[in-house]
Amino acid sequence: MIIEYSGLKEINGSLVVLDNIKDAAYDEMVEIRLDNGSSRTGRVVQIDGERVVVQVFEGTKGISLVNTQTRFTGHPIELSLAPEILGRVFDGLGRPADGLGEVYPKEKRDVNSSPINPVSRVYPKNYINTGISAIDALTTLIRGQKLPIFSGSGMKHNELAVQIVKQASVADGEDFAVVFAAMGVKNDVADYFKRSFEKANVMDKVVMFLNHSNDPIVERIMTPRCALTAAEYLAFELGMNILVILTDMTSYAEALREFSSSKGEIPARKGFPGYLYSDFASLYERAGIIKGKKGSVTQIPILTMPNDDINHPIPDLTGYITEGQIVLDRSLDAKGIYPPVGILSSLSRLMKDGVGAGYTREDHSKLSDQLFSCYAKVQDAKSLASVIGEDELSPADKRILEFGKRFEKEFISQTQSENRTIIQTLDLGWELLRMLPREDLDRLDDKTVEKYYYQK
Amino acid sequence: MQENKIFGINGPVVTVLGRTDLSMSEMVYVGEKGLIGEVIRLDKDKAVIQVYEETSGLRPGEPVKSTGQPMSVTLGPGILDNIFDGIENPLEAIAGTAGAFIPKGVRPAPLDEEKLWDVTVTAKAGDTLSAGDVYATCPETQVITHKIMVPPDVSGKVIEAKPDGKYKVNDTVLVIETDSGEKKKLTLCHKWPIRTPRPILERKLPTKPLITGQRSIDTLFPIAKGGAAAVPGGFGAGKTVVQHQLAKWCDADIIIYIGCGERGNEMTQVLNEFKEIIDPQTGKPLTNRTTLIANTSNMPVAAREASIYTGVTIAEYYRDMGYHTAMMADSTSRWAEALREISGRLEEMPADEGFPAYLPSRLSEFYERAGYAENLNGTEGSVSIVGAVSPQGADFSEPVTQNTKRFIRCFWALDKSLAYARHYPAINWNDSYSEYISDLSTWYTENVGEDFAACRNEVCTILAEEKNLMEIVKLIGSDVLPDDQKLIIETARVIRVGFLQQNALIDIDTYVTLSKQLKMMQTILLLHHLAKELVTKQIPLSKITATGVFDKLIQMKNNIPNDRLEMFDDYTQQIKAALATVEA
Repeated sequence: MIIEYSGLKEINGSLVVLDNIKDAAYDEMVEIRLDNGSSRTGRVVQIDGERVVVQVFEGTKGISLVNTQTRFTGHPIELSLAPEILGRVFDGLGRPADGLGEVYPKEKRDVNSSPINPVSRVYPKNYINTGISAIDALTTLIRGQKLPIFSGSGMKHNELAVQIVKQASVADGEDFAVVFAAMGVKNDVADYFKRSFEKANVMDKVVMFLNHSNDPIVERIMTPRCALTAAEYLAFELGMNILVILTDMTSYAEALREFSSSKGEIPARKGFPGYLYSDFASLYERAGIIKGKKGSVTQIPILTMPNDDINHPIPDLTGYITEGQIVLDRSLDAKGIYPPVGILSSLSRLMKDGVGAGYTREDHSKLSDQLFSCYAKVQDAKSLASVIGEDELSPADKRILEFGKRFEKEFISQTQSENRTIIQTLDLGWELLRMLPREDLDRLDDKTVEKYYYQK
Repeated sequence: MQENKIFGINGPVVTVLGRTDLSMSEMVYVGEKGLIGEVIRLDKDKAVIQVYEETSGLRPGEPVKSTGQPMSVTLGPGILDNIFDGIENPLEAIAGTAGAFIPKGVRPAPLDEEKLWDVTVTAKAGDTLSAGDVYATCPETQVITHKIMVPPDVSGKVIEAKPDGKYKVNDTVLVIETDSGEKKKLTLCHKWPIRTPRPILERKLPTKPLITGQRSIDTLFPIAKGGAAAVPGGFGAGKTVVQHQLAKWCDADIIIYIGCGERGNEMTQVLNEFKEIIDPQTGKPLTNRTTLIANTSNMPVAAREASIYTGVTIAEYYRDMGYHTAMMADSTSRWAEALREISGRLEEMPADEGFPAYLPSRLSEFYERAGYAENLNGTEGSVSIVGAVSPQGADFSEPVTQNTKRFIRCFWALDKSLAYARHYPAINWNDSYSEYISDLSTWYTENVGEDFAACRNEVCTILAEEKNLMEIVKLIGSDVLPDDQKLIIETARVIRVGFLQQNALIDIDTYVTLSKQLKMMQTILLLHHLAKELVTKQIPLSKITATGVFDKLIQMKNNIPNDRLEMFDDYTQQIKAALATVEA
C-alpha cells in the first residue's frame, strides 16, 4: 500500500522537507500533488531518520506547507523507452513536449544508470569524418569519444555542432541518430538546432530533451541524465551510433551550484560543490563502446567558458574527464575565421590510435605534429613582431608568420557547408608546409618528407 | 547485542544513531544488499559510515552489520594479471556475472577461489617460523613466483605441513602453534588492513635508480627504487602518457597501476596495451607482472578514496617477497577530491579551497609508504610511488600540488605550453627537480659511465643559459646576439628537440637504454665543443649551421637502435668532417 503524506514541514528554494516519513528510500522519486490538481515531481536527496529532504524539479512556486499530498513511488526517476522516441521532443524531465502523446514504453530505465565496467569497454578507435579540417586533421573525433567544445558567449559553437552532426551523419547512414539535450539554452538556440536538423533532413533520427533558460532550473539537473539514458538505450539496445549533443554544460553546473547552496553544502571553488567533478564524470563517462554490442555513444558537450577563462572550474574539470577538447578562440573569431578553432589548446586524446594507415592515411599523425609545432612557432613570431615590429623580423620569422596567416585563412577556415575529405585536408596541410624550407620541419623523418613534402 | 540500523543517508555517507559497538575504521555491511562501508567517525550518540557503493534505494531502518575487522584486502596468488576496483572487487568476475554495467551489492571473492595453484611447501613440521617467513611458493604467472609468507602478526612452530601439490587459495597448507599455544591454520592468502603499512625490519637509503628508458627522467630527473615522485600537470599536458610509459618500461619487478577517478577508456587502453606489449626483460606479455586497480571517475567516490591504499598495500605485499614494485597512481588529485567530498558531507571545517585540514597528513601517510626496505624475512625490496597530480587550472600553487611537494623528492612538472607545441614528454626542465641525483651518482658512475654526471651537468647548464638568453631574444630577436650565445641557443635546440623530446609511439624511441642516453649526450656535447672552438676562431656560426650537422643530430634518436651503439661513431665522423670543411 502506498501512503500519501499531507503537508510539508519546510520549504527552502527548490527543496521541501517532510517529517514523520516512515519508508522513504534514498534517491527515490516523489510525486507531490497540489490542491489545485497540478502535480510536481521530486527526488529524495537526504534522509535523517523520519525527516526527509525532497528536491522539487519544477520549483516550489505555489506550494504551501498545507496544500500538498506527497507520495513516495518506491523507484528512482525512470525514463520510458521505445524505438518510437526517435523524432520526438521531450521536456527536461523526459515528458513529451511535442503534443504527440505519451510514449508506450518497451522498457523503463533508471536515469542514473550504472557505471560501465572498464573491462567491458572497447577502446574507441574508429575515426569519424566531420569534414572540418581543423577537427579531422588536428583534433580527430573518434566514435565513442567524449569531445567537448569550449566556447564563449557569442561564438559560433552551435553552428559548429550542427555542421559536425550534418557531415558526420552522411557517412554513417542508417544506424545513425542524434540525442540532443538543451540545458538552460535560449528558445532561439533550441529552435536553431531544430530547424537545422529539419533542413538536413535528419529530424526523424533526432531525440530532443529541452530545458529552456526560462524553464525550472532544478529540472536541468535531470535533463542530461534523461538524454544519456535514451542514448544508451538506442546505442546498446538497438545498436545505433549515437551522437549526443549536450548544451550548455555551464548552465547545468550553475543549476547544480544553486541546488547545492540551497542544501547548505560546503562549497569548493567559486561556490561550486565539491562533488562537481564526480557529478560531471557521471555524465561524461556514459560515452563509449561496449564489448559485444553494436552501437556507440559519442558525446559533444558544449560549454561556454565564463569570461573566456579556460581555468574556470567548469571547463577545467570537464577537460580532466573528457578525452580532449575543441577550444574556440575569440581572436580568430574576431578575424572572421570560421570555425574559430584555437588549435594549440585543442586536443583529441584518442587521436593517436585512430589515425594513420588503415584509418586515415599513414602520414596523418606526423603531419599534424608538424603543423602544431609550426603553428606554435607562429605564436612566438607574432609576439616578437608585436614588440619589434614585423619589418624587423628575421627572414625565418617572416616566413613562419606568412605560413601562419595562410594556415588560418586556408586550413582552419572553411564555410559552414564545406565538407572536405580527409585526403583533401591532409594534402592542404602539406601544401602549406611547402611554404617552409625542409630544415624548419623538425618533426618529420626523411622518408615522410621524401614522399609527401617533395612530391607534388 | 543491539542491532544497528540506518538513521540518515546523504550521498555516500550513512549515519547510525545511538551508542553502538562499532569501532573506528571498521568495515561494515550496510543495508539489505550488504553494501560495503567503513566507520569514519564515532560521536557520543551516532556513528558515521562512508559507503563504498552507490547508496540510492537505501532506506532508514535497514540493518548495518559489523564485521569486527578494519577495511582490508585479501593478499595471495591471483592478484597479478587481474583488474580490481578500489576495494579489491575483481572486475572481470563482475563482468562475467553481471554484464557490462556494474550493479551494486554484487561482490565476488577478490581472488579466484576455485583456481588450483601449483604449490611447493617449503616449511616442514618442527620448523620455527617468524613473521614474514616464506612457507610456500607457487608460480603465479609465467614470470613471477609468488612467495606465501607468514602474516606479519603471526609466528610460532609448525605442527603440520601439507605436502606439495595443487591447492586453492583458501586451503590450509600449514598449521602453526603460536607462543601462546594457539593453533593457527595458514592458507595461501591472508588479509591485511589497507590503512596500516606492512611492517619491515629497516628502511634503507635508496641508491639504485628506477630505470625508465625515458631520457628526461633517467638523465635529468632520475627517481630511485623506493622513491616517491609527483607528476603534476593540467589537462592535456600528458600526465597519463608519462604514467603509461613508466608502467610499460620501468625496470621494477611488479607494476601496480591505479586509475583513481580517471577515464574509463584509459583503463581499457592500459588493459589492452599491457596484454600486447612484450616485456623486454622477460619476453612475456607485460600483464604477467602487473595488476590494475580501476576506480574510474563515475564509480563510487568513497571507493576512489580507498583505491590508493588498496594499491599500496598490494605493492608492500610483493615488496615483502623481495620484489621491487612500482606503483603509478593516476591521479592523486581525484583521491584528494574524494576526501574533500566526504569531508564536506560530514560538515567538517574546511581549510584551503574546501579541502579538509588533514589533507597534508593523509598525503604524507601515503607517500611515506614508498621506500627501499629490508623485509622481516631478510630479503630486500622496494615500493616506488609515482603519483600524478591534476592541479585545478594547471595552477601549481593549489593545495594538493603544494602539499604533495613536501613529501616527495622527485618532481616532474608538466608544462602546458610545451604540450601545446607537442613537445612530449612535456617535463619542464626549469621547474622540475630530483633530490635523488646525489644518492644515485655512485651507481651511475659505476654502471653507466664515468662522465655521465659531467655530461648531465653540462646539458643542464646549457638549458639554463638558453632560458636566460631567450628572455633577451623575446624582446629583441636572436639576430643581435653574438655567435657564442647563438651557439648556446642552437645546441639547446638540439638538446630539446633531439634529446628531451621522446616519441612514445615510435618503437625505436619509446624506450632508450642508459648507454644510448649517454652516447647521445656525448655526441651533442662533442658538436657543441668543436663548434665553440670554431666560433672563438671567428668563424661565423651560420657557416656551421649551413652544413646541417645540428639537424642531423636531431634525427639521431630515430636512426640508432638501442643495440647498435657503434653507429654513433658515424655521427662523430660526420661532425668532424663537416666542421673540418667549414674550417678549411
